[in-house]
Amino acid sequence: MNMADLPAKPNPPHSELAGPYWDGVVAGHLLLQACTSCGTVRHYPRLLCARCYAEGVEWKSASGRGRIHSWTVAHHAFHPAFVGDLPYTLVTVDLEEGPRALGRWQGGTPMIGLPVLGKFVAREAGHDLVFAPVE
Amino acid sequence: MSLADKACVSGIGETAYVRGSTRTAFQLQIESSLKAIADAGLDPKDIDGVIPIGIVSGIAEDFIDNFGIPDLRYSTVIPHGGASPTMALQAAAAAVAGGVCNHVLITFGRNVSMGSNKAGARIHQMPQFHYVTEYEYATGAIAPAQLYAPMARRHMELYGTTVEHFGEVAVACRAHALRNDNAIMKKPITLEDHRASRMIADPFRLLDCSLESDGGAAVVVSVAERAADLRHRRVYISGVAAGHPDSPGSITQRADMTSLGLAKAAPRAFRMAGVTPADIDVAEIYDCFTYAVIRQLEDLGFCAKGEGGPFVADGRLRPGGALPTNTHGGLLSQAHVWGLNHIVELVRQLRGDAGAAQVAGATLGLVTGYGDMGDGALAIMRRG
Repeated sequence: MNMADLPAKPNPPHSELAGPYWDGVVAGHLLLQACTSCGTVRHYPRLLCARCYAEGVEWKSASGRGRIHSWTVAHHAFHPAFVGDLPYTLVTVDLEEGPRALGRWQGGTPMIGLPVLGKFVAREAGHDLVFAPVE
Repeated sequence: MSLADKACVSGIGETAYVRGSTRTAFQLQIESSLKAIADAGLDPKDIDGVIPIGIVSGIAEDFIDNFGIPDLRYSTVIPHGGASPTMALQAAAAAVAGGVCNHVLITFGRNVSMGSNKAGARIHQMPQFHYVTEYEYATGAIAPAQLYAPMARRHMELYGTTVEHFGEVAVACRAHALRNDNAIMKKPITLEDHRASRMIADPFRLLDCSLESDGGAAVVVSVAERAADLRHRRVYISGVAAGHPDSPGSITQRADMTSLGLAKAAPRAFRMAGVTPADIDVAEIYDCFTYAVIRQLEDLGFCAKGEGGPFVADGRLRPGGALPTNTHGGLLSQAHVWGLNHIVELVRQLRGDAGAAQVAGATLGLVTGYGDMGDGALAIMRRG
């Protein structure tokens, strides 16, 4: 298949309460919710702090540093827009702030526990969080 | 009050399982429903409770309209994917035990061949997957195989689970399917075939993944006293429970990625039934992926956490093994109807009606459901 013939990647709608997260992505920041009552950091964005049930949040920029928790390599495109990306690796990363993030992997075979650094990389109609090994 | 032995599965029905059906999901659902009701010895108008499974086939009102049900007293919807049928046994048992109604129809039909309704698209129409849809989908985490693969990878790294362990589950299900005329997969497979099958989402190969298929399945749950007057030997629901994993909507954010809701449910159901895993003669375990069977066997208490791989390795799940599992072929080799086929098969086994697949002397069995990203349910059933 000619790459120019591939359909667009999905561009799902953003939820209302995650507006600041998505603004952060455009600016290159991985923003996490921190509860203004008890300080607990949470991700993915949601309404309540599950510890103290408060709604108030401060959006804090994560460093992007973490360690690989797990990974998978996609060899089959479950959406035709990804045919040209195959094979591609997804890594689940334990961020140093506590929550995890899922992103693309740029590097050799991933290893659980490997220190990594993630950055948002622009692509057509969106951004991918891309992790790479820390030198 | 306990639900133990208050309800029976009185009727079972299935369509032929195929690929490329031209019948709609609702037609398939109705066909299996009528079979289940007739199998119970009931008339469609006797149904006074209905739990339609999933979002693609009929709703409760459709059964009132098409069956002319004069007084439907109970209906509910259970939004937990492949855990829904077994969770529906819990809801139905509670409804009939509480005197709300007498005969609950649990029914599902699906046609994945019509249109472009593939797994990678379907889940993003389901609200349970909203975190995945918003935060992971566009990066390339599209289908369940890709969401579950990191769980399996952790299990391999932490516990030494191997490709051969996964393969053993696939081979066992296929061996059972060959004894079932209504199984889609007809050719035997070996561990070598499994290893040679193409990689889908590492560590899952094609033969680790369940089938995409069309069909319908249904069961009738009746209050135990009335089930005594129906056509078949009673099959009691002796223990039933449901549980949800932490962070049910996101595997990425789950503290222990290898944990499932079944770990919370299983002790409740065994306690209710007053039995232990050692008492189980036959098991029908939700097999969306081979890994899911290994993981659930641990949570059910057949072995300790991390030992699911070695537990299956000696052919224990195969025909004639110590724990014959997925005696119909499962989602891996019979068909994928969200595990309602697992419930149908367990009832068949406990009635002694499973033909070439019959486990000799089966009197106690269990069935599990596994939904979305790890919601769990199980029912322990007893031959009456």
